[in-house]
Amino acid sequence: MNLKRPQLREWGPVLVLVALVIFFSLVGDGFTSLANLQSIIETSAIPSIAVIGLTFIILQGSIDLSIEGIASLTCLLIGLFVANSVTQHDSMVGAVALALGSGLAFGVLNGWIYTRLRIPSLIVTLGTWFVAGGIATFLFPSRQPVIADHELLALALDKHLGLSGIVYIAVAALIAGYVLQTRTTLGRVSTGIGGDEAICRLAGLNVDRIKLVAFGLSGLLAAVCGLLLAAQLGVGNPRGGVGLLFPTISAAVIGGTLLSGGRGGILQSLTGVLILSVLRNGLLQSGLDPLLIQFVEGATIIVAVVAGSWQLRARLRFAK
Amino acid sequence: MTAAVYEVQGLTKRFGPVTALDNVSIVLGKSEVVGLIGQNGSGKSSLMKTMAGVQMPDDGQLVLRGRPLRLRSTSDAARMGIGLVHQEQSLIPNLTVAENIFLDKPCDYFRHGVYRWKPLMQAAKMQLAKIELDIRPDTLVEKLTFAQRQMVELAKVLSLEETVEDDLVVMFDEPTSMLSTPEIDDLFMQIRRIRHRASVVFISHRMEEVLELSDRVYVLSDGKQMAERRKAQIDCDELYELMVGRQRSTEPRRRFSRQGIASRPTLELAGLQVGASVGPVDLEVGQGEIVGLIGVQGSGSEALCRALFGLEDIRDGEVRVAGEKFAKPSPESAIARGIGYLPAERKKEGMVAGASIVDNMTLTFGFEYAVAGLVANRAREHREASRWAKRLKVKAASLEEKIERLSGGNQQKAVLGKWLLGSRLRLLVLDHPTRGLDPGARGDLFQTMRELAAEGLSILFVADTLDEVIQLSDKIVVMRDGKVSAVFGDVDNHPPAEEDIVKAMV
Repeated sequence: MNLKRPQLREWGPVLVLVALVIFFSLVGDGFTSLANLQSIIETSAIPSIAVIGLTFIILQGSIDLSIEGIASLTCLLIGLFVANSVTQHDSMVGAVALALGSGLAFGVLNGWIYTRLRIPSLIVTLGTWFVAGGIATFLFPSRQPVIADHELLALALDKHLGLSGIVYIAVAALIAGYVLQTRTTLGRVSTGIGGDEAICRLAGLNVDRIKLVAFGLSGLLAAVCGLLLAAQLGVGNPRGGVGLLFPTISAAVIGGTLLSGGRGGILQSLTGVLILSVLRNGLLQSGLDPLLIQFVEGATIIVAVVAGSWQLRARLRFAK
Repeated sequence: MTAAVYEVQGLTKRFGPVTALDNVSIVLGKSEVVGLIGQNGSGKSSLMKTMAGVQMPDDGQLVLRGRPLRLRSTSDAARMGIGLVHQEQSLIPNLTVAENIFLDKPCDYFRHGVYRWKPLMQAAKMQLAKIELDIRPDTLVEKLTFAQRQMVELAKVLSLEETVEDDLVVMFDEPTSMLSTPEIDDLFMQIRRIRHRASVVFISHRMEEVLELSDRVYVLSDGKQMAERRKAQIDCDELYELMVGRQRSTEPRRRFSRQGIASRPTLELAGLQVGASVGPVDLEVGQGEIVGLIGVQGSGSEALCRALFGLEDIRDGEVRVAGEKFAKPSPESAIARGIGYLPAERKKEGMVAGASIVDNMTLTFGFEYAVAGLVANRAREHREASRWAKRLKVKAASLEEKIERLSGGNQQKAVLGKWLLGSRLRLLVLDHPTRGLDPGARGDLFQTMRELAAEGLSILFVADTLDEVIQLSDKIVVMRDGKVSAVFGDVDNHPPAEEDIVKAMV
């Protein structure tokens, strides 16, 4: 099927990934060690969960900036409601339900404001990003809640075949996301909306509902990220999600998902996440000043976008 | 006429102050093909859109098989067996052919939002086989040619045959305006094939086509129904008059006086090579001369025009404008040398759809009226734009109206006006200027082109038809396989025979 047989150009990001791995294998000593490869996969896990929801939204030609705020909020909520050093609460189930529920609620709120009140998603989610982050800051008690729930901590600490539970959750989410993208109306119509929203509406498709579902999904997955971050950090941190947004959006873009919508998918976004993880890890392994990492990552995104849109650059050309 | 299948009673549709449809009633019989003719802006498209659920009427009602009908969307219409093959194509470009055929219909392939790809592809294959369209159902629509997309539109509508028990109502909104002759023949064959199961409404600008196909014809003008004729009683000239409100004109043209003419031709091409497949081409356009390019699709005439505006790669050869060498054309440098370009794809390249008519018209040369070359002078822009709008007969409630609300012909006039606002315009390059225009608008356009040439403007245009190229050109340049295959000069005194032109084309 054409959908599953990407063209050569779409293999570009995969080639970049392979090239980076080969390059760092040759120059960096420790790059190919098992421990290092495991660490690359571990650092990719949480961003690759966040990027699933975002991919649907970007496919539609919208954007979700609120994932960092939502992840921060849910990271703190988990810390406050499982067994911890500050509050008296001790309910794993309750904490998870509260965290995922609030993530979903924020996502649906984003989608609702965006579709009903017709405000650009960029502005809506910019706002909710700070609203969620602000609630987290407000709820933060004077001392940081240190998590004492061993089941939760085990998610990050216990390794199976050398990888933590977080990785397995990410893999499951990616598979589910891929199936959603290729085999459901949500995924296919999201692609269609990015291609031509007006025609989708004309065809009687419920565009607003699809958008709402995508934003809900993204909020929910951001909450999952917050939960996993809490397990990883071992504390409820109101800034736990900080730094999640940049790798997520840039991964989608580097992987070949066009911000204008209609192109790309989960696999492309995953490739983007891996490229960023390999790049960061490889540069540190080969002795680059850690203070320069941010600079290099920023430049990489620009190069990737230029390379990805090179064909579209030259002329005002339209298919007849 | 047999029993009525679909009736439109006293339909009225307004857009702001403009009444698009004014108390229109038509009847569609079983297995009947009804033609609808009228100028652009006469309400044909509006009528079809209302009948297909794209828009709701302000007044009047629709009656299907004796029962009143309210259509809120195209999928409502689809459920009732009513389908429209759009003029503006209604396919989602980055989805597959199969999805496009079935997405707007209630069907098993997407139940509860879960795709069943295999049966979907199979069903689509069957639909494509029905109209003998040889493409894979998993192809993305954007990879298809225009004609193929049009056939997919047809397949999409005809797939209603399987989902709806009753006979269908299938409407075609100018399906032929972008198709070549063999493609049109294919389409007509399909229309004749489906009529045993469907009633058909057919719109076209080409009256011969409508007459060839239809059992009955309705004429619309200014949103009103002017006449209804059975096939046997049709008189072409009468229909033309009803439609346009005046007679066909073939008056001789006024010529540009050659006195004081610039010594160098406005445009000279020497050994021009465009891309891999066009050229080398030698061509001259003199001042005040109208040169018509004609050729079958892919002959290179469009590419040649686009190259002059920097939209195609020039590999080799030379372009001279008024004697001066013009290296590396780009839209900016072409405009600076006084070249204007009217693209074939008006909607995509010619206009800013969401902007007003006046903003579109002053887009390129508005700065010429700016105060001290810096601050836009809106009043003057408006004055100049409305002067040209009047001369070009742009029909609009106000110049502040959005250009996308205009009919195709009026859009084309406004886009042409954009170039005419430039005071230093020397050469107009028109790529299929009459595409999608009705006879009235085409007549207006021809007249304007002649007047402009008489005032000294040089015009190079790609013609759609033989008739057009012979009527309008001083010089006819025929292209075949990227090269000039024949040149007919002095067309006025020695008009070439159509056969000679065709011989050079194929």
